[in-house]
Amino acid sequence: MAHIVTSPVYVVQDNIDTDQIIPAQYLTLVPTIAEEYIKLGSYALIGLPDSLYPERFVAEGASHTEYKIVIAGRNFGCGSSREHAPIALGAAGVEAVVAESFARIFFRNCVATGEIYPYDTPVRLSEIVKTGDVATLDFDTDTLTVNGTHYSLKPLGEVRPVIDAGGIFNFARESGMIASR
Amino acid sequence: MINFLMTLTEKVLARASGKTHVQPGDNVWVGVDTLMTHDVCGPGTIGVFKREFGKDAKVWDRNKVVIIPDHYIFTSDSMSNRNVDILRDFVREQGLPYFYDVIDDPNGNWTFDSAKGQLSRQYGSRYTGVCHTTLPWKGHTRPGEILFGTDSHTCMAGAFNQFATGIGNTDAGFILGTGKLLIKVPETMRFFLEGALPAGVMAKDVILHVIGEIGFDGATYKAMQWEGPGVHTMSMDDRMTIANMAIEAGGKNGIFPCDQKTLDYVRERVSENGTKQDFEPVELDRDQSFSYDKVFDLSKLEPTVACHPDPGNRKLAKEMGNVSLDRAYIGSCTGGKTSDFLAFAEVVRGKTVKIDTFGVPATTKVVRELKETMWDGLSVWQILESSGVRLTENASCAACLGGPVDTFGRLNQPMKCISATNRNFPGRMGNKESQVFLASPYTVAASALTGRITDPREFIS
Repeated sequence: MAHIVTSPVYVVQDNIDTDQIIPAQYLTLVPTIAEEYIKLGSYALIGLPDSLYPERFVAEGASHTEYKIVIAGRNFGCGSSREHAPIALGAAGVEAVVAESFARIFFRNCVATGEIYPYDTPVRLSEIVKTGDVATLDFDTDTLTVNGTHYSLKPLGEVRPVIDAGGIFNFARESGMIASR
Repeated sequence: MINFLMTLTEKVLARASGKTHVQPGDNVWVGVDTLMTHDVCGPGTIGVFKREFGKDAKVWDRNKVVIIPDHYIFTSDSMSNRNVDILRDFVREQGLPYFYDVIDDPNGNWTFDSAKGQLSRQYGSRYTGVCHTTLPWKGHTRPGEILFGTDSHTCMAGAFNQFATGIGNTDAGFILGTGKLLIKVPETMRFFLEGALPAGVMAKDVILHVIGEIGFDGATYKAMQWEGPGVHTMSMDDRMTIANMAIEAGGKNGIFPCDQKTLDYVRERVSENGTKQDFEPVELDRDQSFSYDKVFDLSKLEPTVACHPDPGNRKLAKEMGNVSLDRAYIGSCTGGKTSDFLAFAEVVRGKTVKIDTFGVPATTKVVRELKETMWDGLSVWQILESSGVRLTENASCAACLGGPVDTFGRLNQPMKCISATNRNFPGRMGNKESQVFLASPYTVAASALTGRITDPREFIS
């Protein structure tokens, strides 16, 4: 089955660290508790300074974002090892982050949880695309189409089936690496 | 020809995966010697463990799990207090020996009493404070071993010649059930230190200088290996400061060779605490393969500042005198050790700070040592207090990462703060329009005295 997402994009620049994705005061929420998972989504990217990002990522009072695709610069997800970060984005309804590069622990947490697809882009899209532009992300051809231009993304490779399965535990069970329940 | 010479990180990973040789890019399953978690990520890790392995599942090895509540402890936030209770329930259910609880009653509940205020002690006899500083103190760091922790500054334990790195809740939940983790062997970057630090310059300046050199993502997915005669002149505290901030350049881990100082430090603490006594350090090979290799002369370094908004935004303190400040802060795993407070006290002794200055010892042991260390009939604790520093006995991570709004020292309005901590992305210490400048305890102290960013050599002869 083809996997294609069309959505307005939300654009951020370099070094969006985990405190900007989910500020530390919300880390009291435990992601494995269902109602707290939803709350984490409502706070996704609330740590971005208003002076730089006047458009809110999740509207006041909402638990989901209208932006299923985030476009970022270098080093997205740097900082803490908090898994609350990819979880907050996933809980808010984000499907993929397309960044020039990712910090190591964040990338791994995306895969381990299966919450979002971390796509690398060789082109600095954060300076080309604007928040609100509508993009189509085709996971089978690894292309992002926005404002009439097609951009090739670095294929997800081995991490895609893990995220498709819903994270490392589901993948390990489906592939027989660990016993199924 | 296969090159069997390996870097320190490769050697630890090869041994832990039962192989004679590994190279960068290999994916290997490693056996875990220690898994550490805390109050922020522990409840979620426990949640993953129970969801995936069943509600009656037992951890793979009771003696290899260390649980340290340290982040949001001295706060009236009821969710934070609840999270400490979740840890205690799990420890009781699993019979875990290494839990450094806030309270003494194993069946009790933790509630912070805000009426008692933030400054005076509110913990029982077993509480220790910040996890990364607690691990070596309580004999949980050993050369040649593998440590994972649900916190990015877990890399601090690389000071002890081990592989140590931060992971998320899902990976930690996997380890709780299996004792193993699949990881990719990182490339190694070598930082070869020559000479010795001049007066007024500290280990913090070394790491801020290096991050400025390679950039905030200059070590992404790589091991930072520290070598050279300069390393052996440094104390274990200095090495911890440097290893701690590998993550601020994106590094997977930092690692030091093992020398007599390492052995003395580790042996004393494993024996004092009755933790595992045997360990096998990894030694340096003569020829190793690095993706980056550079010599740094410590004697040429100067007091360094990482400016808002990232740890790689490097300037010299002496160039920053025009930046006026609202607050100074000393504390955290990186900058809240006894040696950090002694350096700070050296500068402020007999003088008065000009801006709000907060001090949060990393551990309860640091509190004790500052009260017991006497300089001319006064304890260092008294010296700091009489200089106007607001010192708390409640050791914890506190405002290093903002936290709940009533956290001691948190930046609740937009302001400029100079801090001995390790991270300064927007919002890190609270208010997201604030600016945080990272510096050594010397530089933070000198700046607290003048109210602007100040080269501490103005105060140190």
